[in-house]
Amino acid sequence: MKKLLSIKVLTAVCLTTILWSCRKDKGVTPEEQTQLPGQDITAVNGLYVLNEGNWGSNKASIDYYDYATGVYRKNIYGQANPFVTLGLGDVGNDIKIYGSKLYVIVNGSGKLEILDVKTAKKLAQVDIPNCRYLTFYKNKAYVTAYEGFVAVVDTATYKLDAKITVGREPEEMAVVGDRLYVANSGGYTSSNYERTLSVVDLATNKEIKRIDVAINLHRVKADQYGDLYVTSRGNYGDIKSNLYVVDTKTEAVKKKFDIEASNFAIDKDFAYIISTAWSNATMSNIISYSKVNVKDETIIPGGFISDGTEKEIVMPYGIAVDPISSGVYITDAKDYVTPGTLYSIDKNGKKKFSVSTGDIPAHLVFYTK
Amino acid sequence: MFRFLHAFNGIKYYLFLPFIFWTGILMPQSALAQTDSLKANILKEVEIRHQRKLLSNISPTPLQILSGTALRKLNALSVADAIRYFSGVQLKDYGGIGGLKTINVRSMGSNHTAVFYDGIQLGNAQNGQVDLGKYSLDNLEEVSLYSGQKSDMLMPAKAFASASSLYLKTQSPVFDIGQRRGLKLSLKGGSFGLFDPSVVFHQRLTDRLSLSLNAELIHADGKYKYRYTNSVYDTTVVRHNGDIVAKRFEASVFGNTADSSKWQLRIYNYNSERGLSGAIVANKFDFSQRQWDDNFFVQSSYQSKTDQRFQFLANAKYAYDFIRYLDPERVSLFGALDNRYAQQEIYFSLANQYQILKFWDISLSTDYSYQQLDANLENFAYPKRQTALIALASKLNWQRLSIQGNVLATLVNDQVKTNFSAGDKTEYTPTIMASWQPFKNNDFRLRAFYKSIFRMPTFNDLYYTLIGNSNLSPEYTKQYDLGFTYSRFFEAVKLTQVSIQTDIYYNTVRDKIIAIPTLSPFRWSMVNLGKVEIKGLETNIQSNWNFNGFVLNTKFNYTYEKAIDITKNSTVYGQQIPYIPLNSGALMLGLDYKNISFNYSYIYTGERYSQKANIPVNYVEPWYTHDLAVRFAFDYAKVNYSIAAEVNNVFNQYYDVVLNYPMPGRNFRITLITKFN
Repeated sequence: MKKLLSIKVLTAVCLTTILWSCRKDKGVTPEEQTQLPGQDITAVNGLYVLNEGNWGSNKASIDYYDYATGVYRKNIYGQANPFVTLGLGDVGNDIKIYGSKLYVIVNGSGKLEILDVKTAKKLAQVDIPNCRYLTFYKNKAYVTAYEGFVAVVDTATYKLDAKITVGREPEEMAVVGDRLYVANSGGYTSSNYERTLSVVDLATNKEIKRIDVAINLHRVKADQYGDLYVTSRGNYGDIKSNLYVVDTKTEAVKKKFDIEASNFAIDKDFAYIISTAWSNATMSNIISYSKVNVKDETIIPGGFISDGTEKEIVMPYGIAVDPISSGVYITDAKDYVTPGTLYSIDKNGKKKFSVSTGDIPAHLVFYTK
Repeated sequence: MFRFLHAFNGIKYYLFLPFIFWTGILMPQSALAQTDSLKANILKEVEIRHQRKLLSNISPTPLQILSGTALRKLNALSVADAIRYFSGVQLKDYGGIGGLKTINVRSMGSNHTAVFYDGIQLGNAQNGQVDLGKYSLDNLEEVSLYSGQKSDMLMPAKAFASASSLYLKTQSPVFDIGQRRGLKLSLKGGSFGLFDPSVVFHQRLTDRLSLSLNAELIHADGKYKYRYTNSVYDTTVVRHNGDIVAKRFEASVFGNTADSSKWQLRIYNYNSERGLSGAIVANKFDFSQRQWDDNFFVQSSYQSKTDQRFQFLANAKYAYDFIRYLDPERVSLFGALDNRYAQQEIYFSLANQYQILKFWDISLSTDYSYQQLDANLENFAYPKRQTALIALASKLNWQRLSIQGNVLATLVNDQVKTNFSAGDKTEYTPTIMASWQPFKNNDFRLRAFYKSIFRMPTFNDLYYTLIGNSNLSPEYTKQYDLGFTYSRFFEAVKLTQVSIQTDIYYNTVRDKIIAIPTLSPFRWSMVNLGKVEIKGLETNIQSNWNFNGFVLNTKFNYTYEKAIDITKNSTVYGQQIPYIPLNSGALMLGLDYKNISFNYSYIYTGERYSQKANIPVNYVEPWYTHDLAVRFAFDYAKVNYSIAAEVNNVFNQYYDVVLNYPMPGRNFRITLITKFN
């Protein structure tokens, strides 16, 4: 019976332990701060980083790197907006600043969030299902949505004014003069991708024509010479991704670079390009970094990283170039389900620092004075 | 892994192997003494019941059983609900009656548990997982879980071929003397708009032949409230698009031959339409995705007389599984996304056991299966897979010591219409297990096992359009287990029985198949990358008490599991893998008095992380639910009635098992059963 008694005691102990073990109140997740080297004080106050968070995880988050203090504030949205049910949401897809406001596209949550750029406090929300990217023109925000339109949102009233019909599953946009150029992907129909840029007249908010480029277009950015740099995703099989130049004067393709391009940023005369190619043979990604002179449209050999930092980066994903210092920021999305890393690289291609971010750091915007 | 038998590197050599054995066996089994089969059956039942009590204590591999009344008393609708009461198990539950529910035993991953329905595996070559929410407890007699494998000798080779095995055993008809038919009608209803009628009909056709029919309808709107809060916002919403209509029909014929061999033939069909409730994320609470399932199989088994030196067990099966997935929110040029998959399987198995000496048995099992998958996807591979399994086992069995070992040869051949096939694969994997009674007294036994096994990459892993990678190798597991069992019956004390099972284990998973991103979030690829190390302890303590007509049964289990990612160069090296709690456990108390029974159960799952990084944003709170049930049974005019009322999650705790897939709060169920004899 002694043995039995001890069993009873053991059982009782186990029971009380598990029955009374309480749930930690999850509460508001506070931001985390990391001290980094500061940057020279210029017209740039700092850098906002939008972390996508993996699909369905509701883990989109915003980080902010302050140039003056060098403090990296990770996950600032929750603390600034504790009243927003379930927070920023699922898959942060674009972030831009216009006037005194920060605009954030949250794709899985189907919303455009409008925040105060200084405090990141929420001002308004506009629901746009499956929204993707964002640009601005004359006090209107233009938002692409996979349903095949560009939503026009008034930046003063936060009302959805109009929907401009474009191609299927439109992605990035660029404004040159009074025209909006929209990259159509057609990504939901892999046997029949779209292959055009839609040209929208911003005076009438109507699509006026389409420019044939290549299948499955994704990114479009304007340089200072009236040219558009456009990427095609290819078909993930025999047709590789590629980079094109479209002349907005002739509204036709004027150059095909024949380099794989997954993301890029343009600063003054240079485009900084990240290329990721999958090799079935080695079961790994082949990653390269290249630099293009946009004035004469030539590839500059040697890329833009000079100190071997590229060996640290597993999956380069987002890229931005400081408009004043020409320092480059690259984000590493790693395996998409763990916290990523932000790399700061100076204009000579040397690493200044790296810092841990949210999951899938992807979209960057400079907060300028 | 052993490397021999190089000569047999093509699957075709094995295809005719089973048939060689068949011809040897189908010799006329001369009419042996005609015993009263009815009496024999009753005797056997009694004998089996007695054995069963001891089974988990003498098994060299950890065995957990829920059967008969214990199973019926659970607050459980499906097999998924029942296995929550097992130790070492994590149920991945997406919530609601129609939500996907898969089992993960000892953290090795859900693809490593094979599920057997009446001894024959439920195959799924497409994704390697079985949705346990689809299997009703309505007609099940027993649910048992073996870590490692079942320690029988006479079983299909597939029973040797996975890291753990879940056996579902249906009720076979049992007739009282003079009884020719039995009918059971039951009706369940309650929360989630549940309306669940079922009928079981047994008919004795001849002395040696009986028929069983079973049909069930499950209808539910699937609505329930859930709540999310961070202490500033506090939002309660109703879960939508979780409705389900499921129809299940089973018919089987059970036979005994003159020499006491047994055979069974079963037809099964499950047909359902359900809404799929997706992940709850900010600003998105409604869903429109739908799924249709149609699962059909016909299977048959024949087992020769069990008390002779040579025995055999033959199984055959044909299965057709159709699934349709509709996503009205994803519209292409051809309309809404509407994917259809049809999978077919043909399976034969022959197991032979021979007693060489009184204490020495050997067995040889050969299985062959053919699986194919069709889909209406662009550029689809249309994979076909042939698998041959050969298990050679040997068992030495003395009064106080048993040692058993086997080697399993697996030969797989894949063929595809487009793209690249994974080609041929050959693997040899061993298992060894032992059970030892160190003292004269048979209350206490020690046990240990080692098992090396793998899972094949599934069709989705290998061939899914754009994502699949045909270069994948299998995902290997190794298990080491050491444990003891203690069991004792008492006479003339209030405590009538106590039994304890405790095991410690060490598992590794290598070449874990995981998805890694390639060009963009649109393009992932499967690779053999992960490595996991699992150290665990599980214990089960059971007791029975009897005082003044009250019968009390208590069950307690606890699992401690440290499952860490040890993938080379990983940023999360040494961290706990997603969704595995360090601590989990369950408690059940059952109190019977005359024809009233009362049940209480408590399930606890500790804190977990939803992603690989163990950081605050990935933290998932622990959850624990208290369930109550009361049952009353009585006979009136030769008819047996029972009524049961359940309250589940009594304290209305809101929780997620899988992040962003909310589980129901407090819910109710009433069950009425009428049995005509």
